[in-house]
Amino acid sequence: MPWIPRGLREGILTSRYPRRPDGYGEGFRGTVVVHPSGDPRVATAAEACPTNAISVAEGRLHLDRGRCILCGRCTELCPEVFQFEPTFETATIGRDALVVPDLDEDELAAEQVRTELARRVKAFRRSVHIRHVDAGSDGSEEWEVAALTNPVYDVQRLGIYFTASPRHADLLLVTGVGAAGMLGPLRETYDAMPEPKVVIAAGVDAISGGLLADSYVAQGGLADAVPVDVFVPGSPPSPFGLLFGILLAVGLLPRPATP
Amino acid sequence: MTVQRAAVSPTVEAFSQSLLDRVDMGARFCGLFGSAEPNGARLVAVLAEGGELATTSVFVRDLAAHYPSLTPRLPAAAWYEREIHDLFGVEAIGHGRLDPLILPLVAGSPRPRPGSGKPLEPVEIDVSPLPAHLRGEGVFTISYGPVRSGVFESVEYLVETPGEYIPHLRPRVFHKHRGVEIQFEGMDVADGALLAERCEGVASVAHTVAYCGAVEQIAGVEIPAPAGLVRVIHAELERVANHLDSAIRHTEAAGQAVAYARLTLHKERVQRLRARLCGSRFGRGVVVPGGVSGAPSLAADALFAGIDQIDHAAREDLRLLMATPSFVDRLRGTGVLPPELARQYAAIGPVGRGSGQMEDARFARPYASYQRLGHQPLDSRVEGDALARQRVRIDEIAVAFHLIRQAIDRLDLLTRAEPAWAVPLDSKLSGEAIGWAEAPQGEVLYLVVMEEGRLTRVKPRSASFHNLGVFHAAFPKDILTDFAFIEASFGLSIAGVAN
Repeated sequence: MPWIPRGLREGILTSRYPRRPDGYGEGFRGTVVVHPSGDPRVATAAEACPTNAISVAEGRLHLDRGRCILCGRCTELCPEVFQFEPTFETATIGRDALVVPDLDEDELAAEQVRTELARRVKAFRRSVHIRHVDAGSDGSEEWEVAALTNPVYDVQRLGIYFTASPRHADLLLVTGVGAAGMLGPLRETYDAMPEPKVVIAAGVDAISGGLLADSYVAQGGLADAVPVDVFVPGSPPSPFGLLFGILLAVGLLPRPATP
Repeated sequence: MTVQRAAVSPTVEAFSQSLLDRVDMGARFCGLFGSAEPNGARLVAVLAEGGELATTSVFVRDLAAHYPSLTPRLPAAAWYEREIHDLFGVEAIGHGRLDPLILPLVAGSPRPRPGSGKPLEPVEIDVSPLPAHLRGEGVFTISYGPVRSGVFESVEYLVETPGEYIPHLRPRVFHKHRGVEIQFEGMDVADGALLAERCEGVASVAHTVAYCGAVEQIAGVEIPAPAGLVRVIHAELERVANHLDSAIRHTEAAGQAVAYARLTLHKERVQRLRARLCGSRFGRGVVVPGGVSGAPSLAADALFAGIDQIDHAAREDLRLLMATPSFVDRLRGTGVLPPELARQYAAIGPVGRGSGQMEDARFARPYASYQRLGHQPLDSRVEGDALARQRVRIDEIAVAFHLIRQAIDRLDLLTRAEPAWAVPLDSKLSGEAIGWAEAPQGEVLYLVVMEEGRLTRVKPRSASFHNLGVFHAAFPKDILTDFAFIEASFGLSIAGVAN
């Protein structure tokens, strides 16, 4: 039985997140924040962005985190305006909320979407079963999803389980660009899940297609393949980013949200 | 940098003959790629001969887009010829099983023809099931995938079986095909590096090293020594993470819960160390054409401390794992790839090295800074089973840590002066070259063609593609419950197979 002491050797390694903030993130490229200014180098940064995530329209600057692959070019070309921030709490309900600074969206409509989702997930109570589907990922997303079961994240402590059968699943976690060959199996998996159900698009590939947005066998992300509720940016999204997205989707984040 | 020899054959017959003759003389077949040209396509074969890479190519005219198949005499070419048929419509006569592999198109749909330039209309694919290959009483087909039980990449395995044994297995990999190689066309070299990182995401560093190696050959530049050392550090951390991942998959299949928890912890620590070095858990953004993006953001002593912690704990746990009979018994004699088949299929990486194919691109054709670092050659293994592949990976983890420590030491000395991290490249590069790197899965190749600073054809060839082509041969007397072990012991990424 030499494994038993081996398992106890290092004590408790599990994060207390979300009940306590987790210090993880030092130097980590979590997301890009935008501080709009009149800096003329913004145009250069927008031009250099490989996924056209930066737009300047009518003098207003926007960064779409649903397209940003965190390459950091804008932070080098225009460091006063674009900066990396080591946060992983970037997932949103609704696609438009990924655009920073906020679009002039219809706040009432956005609130309705949030309320409808909250009503739908009520039935899950304190337990959620996840079915993951790879719809054309680069492979790194699967590592990050699988990491959620390692002792550091240990999502089972939060009542989150991965399930093999879509018939047991409450939540569909989709990675990848929405490759043509996966749209059928993805749809079948979604249809096999019982109501109510929730869909998370994990990673910029799933959200917008990323660098493969105009590929001949992808359609700019999951697009209309399945109705997505929550969007987790990142290329790939980190395990904490995924965990935040899952908790956000099923309404299990402590209130008020952690700072 | 090794000089590449490139030959052009006048006819397809001469091309085939010279290729087969050179393989008979001991050259290793590394791959066969197509490239669209006006009125036809060019076929390029890559061979490793005496430590060097050499290419030989031939032009195939559209009007008679066929050539005599290499597969009957060179089994390693089987998947390449299927891929070329999918992408270009060029037919290998006498192949036997030229079924669609990465792109089953609906009849009449135009072929993508990489190298002819974008844009391309979306294509329609044919997802209908394949007819069975085997006939016999009680033989049936289990279609496993593409949505699998667990967090896996999507792939479908067609298992034709009379009930317990696996006499015939076919991987169907097209589901994930993302059209990556055409996406390179028209990009500049910097954007190309970002795409190379996403070709096979778990081997981002190896892919960019191979891609940048090709670009740097076209530019005729040597990267600065500190940049080479940073590439080594990131590439070896990537190797450790991937080899731990393979061990994790084994422990999961064997139900070794504590070992699973311990190894996933070690892997998480590797990923976090990589993030502390560069901001990305996958080493993304580090390797750029001409060198690296900058100095590691950890000081040498902090990096040493991180390495020591992981190395010490992982070494002990892996030693205990390999002394746990209920684990080892599941691997011994499982999924045997006989050395003779490994040679015929030119298997690479840990799969090859478990079956006597010892070549390792890091030392056979040193790149980055590998020639400056010392290493012990690995023990030769010929058992060819899942256990041998697992032992190869454990040995390679030890070598990786040894290389990383040497690289940190040298980097520490070099960076006391203000070092250069990258050399500037001409913005109007034109030319063609093949870059390589030893990814955790095995040798990665990049054929890169450029005109006036733009990429006109890029063909990534991952080790996963090459080795999945031999996967079916590793089930001589195995049963369905061995499948998970054999798959884990190959350690491949489907993203790299069907990119």
